[in-house]
Amino acid sequence: MQVLTFALRRFGRLLLTVLLISTIIFFVIRVIPGDPALVIAGIDATQEDIQAIRAQLGTDRPLIIQYLSWLSDIVRFDFGTSMISGQPVTELILERFPITLSLAVMGIVISILIAIPLGVLSAVKRWSLWDYLGMVFSQMGMAIPSFWLGIMALLIFAVKIKIFPLFGSGSIRHLILPALSLGIARAAVLLRLTRASMVEELSKEYVITARAKGLTERMVKFKHALKNALLPVITVAGIQLGYMLGGAIIIEQVFSLPGLGRLFLFGVYQRDFPLIQGGVIFIAIIFSLINFVVDLFYSVVNPKIRIR
Amino acid sequence: MEHLLEIEGLEVSFNDTAHALRGIDMFMDTGEIHGLVGESGSGKTVTSTCIIGLLPVPPGKVNGGSMLFKGREILGLSEAQRRRLRGREIAVVFQEPARYLNPALRVGEQITEMLILHLGLEKQQAVGKALELIDLVGLKGGKKILRRYPHELSGGMKQRAMIAMAISCNPSLLIADEPTTALDVTLQLQILRLIQSLKRRFSMGILFISHDLAVVNEIADRISVIYAGRIVESTTKARLFDEPLHPYTKLLLLSIPDAGKRGTRLKTIPGTVPDAEHIPSGCAFHPRCPLAEEICQHQDPETANYGKTGELHTAACHMIGKKWIDS
Repeated sequence: MQVLTFALRRFGRLLLTVLLISTIIFFVIRVIPGDPALVIAGIDATQEDIQAIRAQLGTDRPLIIQYLSWLSDIVRFDFGTSMISGQPVTELILERFPITLSLAVMGIVISILIAIPLGVLSAVKRWSLWDYLGMVFSQMGMAIPSFWLGIMALLIFAVKIKIFPLFGSGSIRHLILPALSLGIARAAVLLRLTRASMVEELSKEYVITARAKGLTERMVKFKHALKNALLPVITVAGIQLGYMLGGAIIIEQVFSLPGLGRLFLFGVYQRDFPLIQGGVIFIAIIFSLINFVVDLFYSVVNPKIRIR
Repeated sequence: MEHLLEIEGLEVSFNDTAHALRGIDMFMDTGEIHGLVGESGSGKTVTSTCIIGLLPVPPGKVNGGSMLFKGREILGLSEAQRRRLRGREIAVVFQEPARYLNPALRVGEQITEMLILHLGLEKQQAVGKALELIDLVGLKGGKKILRRYPHELSGGMKQRAMIAMAISCNPSLLIADEPTTALDVTLQLQILRLIQSLKRRFSMGILFISHDLAVVNEIADRISVIYAGRIVESTTKARLFDEPLHPYTKLLLLSIPDAGKRGTRLKTIPGTVPDAEHIPSGCAFHPRCPLAEEICQHQDPETANYGKTGELHTAACHMIGKKWIDS
C-alpha cells in the first residue's frame, strides 16, 4: 500500500518533470540557429523549395501553435515521425534501445564488480598495497577519458590480438570491449565512494558493539559495516546507470555501435526536432524510473528511509 | 579467595605520552554490582575497554599490570582468545543505544547472531531463546519486536534490547558503561531496577560505570572512585557515603543535588580533571584539593587500607584524618 502511494506520487512527479524538460527543449531547439528544412533541402535548394519543406514539416507556423499541436500529440503518446527518415520516433528509439540497454547494464555490472570489492578491501586494509592499487586505479580511471581506453582496447584486443570484433553489433562479443571501457571509467568514482563510505561506517559506534559481542572480524566488517556502507554506493550506481541508459555517445562512436547516443547525436546534427524531443522525453523517463527503483531498493537496504 | 575480576597495577598510555591509566587496582566478585565513578576523562572507559579487550593498539598500549578473570590472566591472551571471551563471558551495555545498535539490522538478528556464534544454536533455537530474552528485559510484543529495526523502538526499548543482547550468552561479567545517561530520568530508574533483577537471576558480576554518584548510589554494592587514571578510594557503598576518606570523594558527595536543600547553591569542584598528557606531579588531585600541603605536590600517595576489623576501605591520600574545613 505504502509502495503504491509512493509509486503514484512518483508518477505524478515524473509527468511534471517530463513536461517541463520537453517544453524547455522544444523552445530551445527552435530558438538556436539551424533549420531542419535547410538540412533536408541541401545546398542547392531554392527559396521556394525550402518554404515548401517548411510548410510540409509545419515549422512555418507560429511557435505557440507548433507547441500546442506538439503537446496534443504527446498526450496521445504520439511522438511524431523523424523529419529526416520519416520513421516514427518511438520506433527509432525502441530499435536502438536494446543495444544501449545491454551496454549500460554490462557497464554498470563491470563497474560494480570492480569498485565494490576493491573499495571495501581498500577501506578494510587501509594504507596497504591494495589500498594504493585501488587509489592508483581510481586516479587513472578518472584521468583517462573512456574513448581513449576504448581506442586502446580496440588496438590491442581487436587489431593486434584478434579476440574481439573491431566494430559492428549483434552479439555479446561486440559489447564486451565497449562495456569494459565504460565500466572502468565509472568504477573509478564508485571505488572512491565505496572506500570512503566503508571507512566512515567502520568508525561508527555500532562497530564497537559488534566487536564487544565477540563477533569475528569478518562478521563485523562484511555483515555489520558493509550493509550500511553500501547505501550511498547504490544511489550513485543508479545515477550512473541512468546516464548510461541515455546512450554513451562517445563509446558508441568509437565502437560504431548503433545505440541511442548516436541516434540522438545525429538528431541534433540534423535538427530533427521530433527525434530530439522524443529522445529528451525518453531520457527523462528513464532517469525517473531509475530513481524510483533506487529509492525502493534503498528503503529495503536502509530501513530508516521510509518511502513516502 | 579467587575474585571474578582482579586488576592490579594496570597502566595504559596512548602514543606513549598520554598516561590514561596509572596503576589501576580493583577487584570484583560474582553477584556484586561494582560502581566505578569518575568525571569524564578520568579513565573509566579506558578501564572498561581494557577489560573487554578492545583497546586500540596503537595508539593505546598496556605498559604494565595484570588482569585476572576467574583466576586466569587475560592481558596476554591472543586476539582470538579474547574474542571468544567477549560477548560470551564478558559483555557490555553501552551508553547510547541509538548509536551502538546497528541501524541496518533487525533487533532479532542482532541478538540471535551472538547465540548462533557463541552457543552454537540453530537459527530456530536462537529465535526461541531471543524471545525469552526480550521478555525477560521487559520488551512486550514478542516476535514483532524481533522484526523491528532499532529506530522503530523508543530510547528505553532500545536500551532494553541492548541489555537482552548483552545477557544473551549468560556472561559472568557485565560491564554497564553509563547505561542510563542517555535516558530520561523516569526511564533511568526502570533500567537500573532491570539490571539489578538480572544480576540476581544470572549471578553475574556487574561493573557499573558512571559519572553520577547519585545513580551509582541507587544500584552499587561497592564503589571505586577513579581520578586521573588511579583508583583514589574504594569501599562499600554505605561506608563511602557515611565515611568518605579521600577529599575528592567528599567533594563529589557534596556536589550531588539534594532535593531537601532547595535554594542553596550547588557545590562544584573547582578546576577540571587533568588531561592524560599533563598529569600534575605528586598527588594528581593536589591542584584542586582544599587540603593539599607540600608533600602532596611531590609524592604520589600509596593506596592503603583504612577499614576497621577486616573491612576493606582503601584510599590514596596523604591527608587522611586531617580535619575537613567546610567552606
